[in-house]
Amino acid sequence: MTSEVVIKTDKLTKRFGDFIATNEITFEVYPGEIFGFLGANGAGKTTAMKMLCGLSTPSSGNATIAGFDIYKQTEEIKKHIGYMSQKFSLYEDLTVIENIKFFGGIYGLSDKQLKEKSNELIETLGLQREAKKLVASLPLGWKQKLAFSVAVIHEPKIVFLDEPTGGVDPITRRQFWDLIYQAADRGITIFVTTHYMDEAEYCNRISIMVDGIIEALDTPDNLKKQFSATSMDEVFYELARGAKRKSD
Amino acid sequence: MADVVLNNIVKTYNKGEVKAVNDVSFEVSKGELFGLIGADGAGKTSIFRILTTLLLPNSGTASVNGFDVVKDYKTIRKNVGYMPGKFSLYQDLSVEENLNFFATVFNTTVAENYDLVKDIYVQLEPFKTRRAGKLSGGMKQKLALCGALIHRPTVLFLDEPTTGVDVVSRKEFWEMLKGLKQQGITILVSTPYMDEATLCERIALIQNGSMMTIDTPDNIIKQFPDKLFAVKADNMSRLQNVLRNDPQIKSCFSFGDFHHIIFKNGNEHSQNELIQTLQEANFQNIEIKHITPSIEDCFIKLMN
Repeated sequence: MTSEVVIKTDKLTKRFGDFIATNEITFEVYPGEIFGFLGANGAGKTTAMKMLCGLSTPSSGNATIAGFDIYKQTEEIKKHIGYMSQKFSLYEDLTVIENIKFFGGIYGLSDKQLKEKSNELIETLGLQREAKKLVASLPLGWKQKLAFSVAVIHEPKIVFLDEPTGGVDPITRRQFWDLIYQAADRGITIFVTTHYMDEAEYCNRISIMVDGIIEALDTPDNLKKQFSATSMDEVFYELARGAKRKSD
Repeated sequence: MADVVLNNIVKTYNKGEVKAVNDVSFEVSKGELFGLIGADGAGKTSIFRILTTLLLPNSGTASVNGFDVVKDYKTIRKNVGYMPGKFSLYQDLSVEENLNFFATVFNTTVAENYDLVKDIYVQLEPFKTRRAGKLSGGMKQKLALCGALIHRPTVLFLDEPTTGVDVVSRKEFWEMLKGLKQQGITILVSTPYMDEATLCERIALIQNGSMMTIDTPDNIIKQFPDKLFAVKADNMSRLQNVLRNDPQIKSCFSFGDFHHIIFKNGNEHSQNELIQTLQEANFQNIEIKHITPSIEDCFIKLMN
């Protein structure tokens, strides 16, 4: 079974002085799964994600990402994951094509692969007319779709998405989730954070963090049953309103 | 009487290449809580900046409290409160220092208008000596709101105050707005979250610089032209594919644990036919029901 786990954490903890940002979190994520990582502001999501991406060394606990150790193999982890956030996007003063080639190159794609991938990507996104335009001139929704496609250009084992749909219009938001489903169908594991509770419903499983601890982890349906709630919004509210840290 | 009036406002960037605000007109009444609902790039911030006299329109006229945004900019600046989308208080001043600073700039004191900010300030008080840059997102948002209120403005402009804020803090923030409204302050607020639209008295749905509709949330929902159905079954992703390819179905969008669909021929007959089709396609636990549209349904409908 362990070979089938792409993210495995065991009491993963990060302390800053006497503040415990992430407190002994333990969970597993499986291949091709869409895993929603939810929590209130300040719950410790970003700290946890940084550790999972190999960018921050844990204070204690263990984890393997795509089979690589979170302490000793951070460079290997970085090669096998993709990352995209609402803020870090693409280079605005490079064209669509240049961005694809730049990031593809960083992820170690060969010239031949780069050529194939960029053509394929531009076609699937319907960006033929914009290929040679600066990314700055694209509407936000297209930028986000492009940023996602670039984040999975090297077919990583896992892609981390940090609020990928913030501020995006309702139709583009749904098209973005179509891309997520397609990637998951290809076997890429999706690890996603969001403030849209309807998007929580699109995940296979969800964890909800409160004050550094994973307070709940299950499928959306089971969580609703567990909290006798009719929507994920209610489940989240029930858990997060008890948070002590939100005011700090 | 209208506190905010816009007449055919146009704003372009890059020598006319980008039309950020395209012939926008609307009014906000005194004491009203008015929402501008739209995605990033819809033109919300440009409208706010024109109304707060920080940006000149290319054409059209606008006024706040009866004062012209171009000619009477000095008067407007004294009278309005503005909370920009980006946190704009001094990061290296403490909570207290920031508030005293802004009160002084507006020739007043925190004590003089304390009753207005009291409910919000009590939540900040434990951190009053902390530098603004060291506050959490939710606390920064509360401080920025206090800063925008400290001179008792007639009109409060809030540009995406809840973006990136979790559900719990968002609920709290809207409670605070209700309280301010009761004190008679006119509020113009923008948000990309469609679920917040129903908390406003009237809303404008905006996309690509143009107003798609302006009305009360209830009226916008009533004007939804089609009969809307929600469908659910065990395999939602496969269900979506089937629904999208069904020739009887005009549109299909996911809404959390249901797909919302409109039939080309919106009657009960299509509903029964669909159930049959889905049963034949081996779907389990099929649920279909007629529903009242949400503002997000209306927004999508207007976008198409």
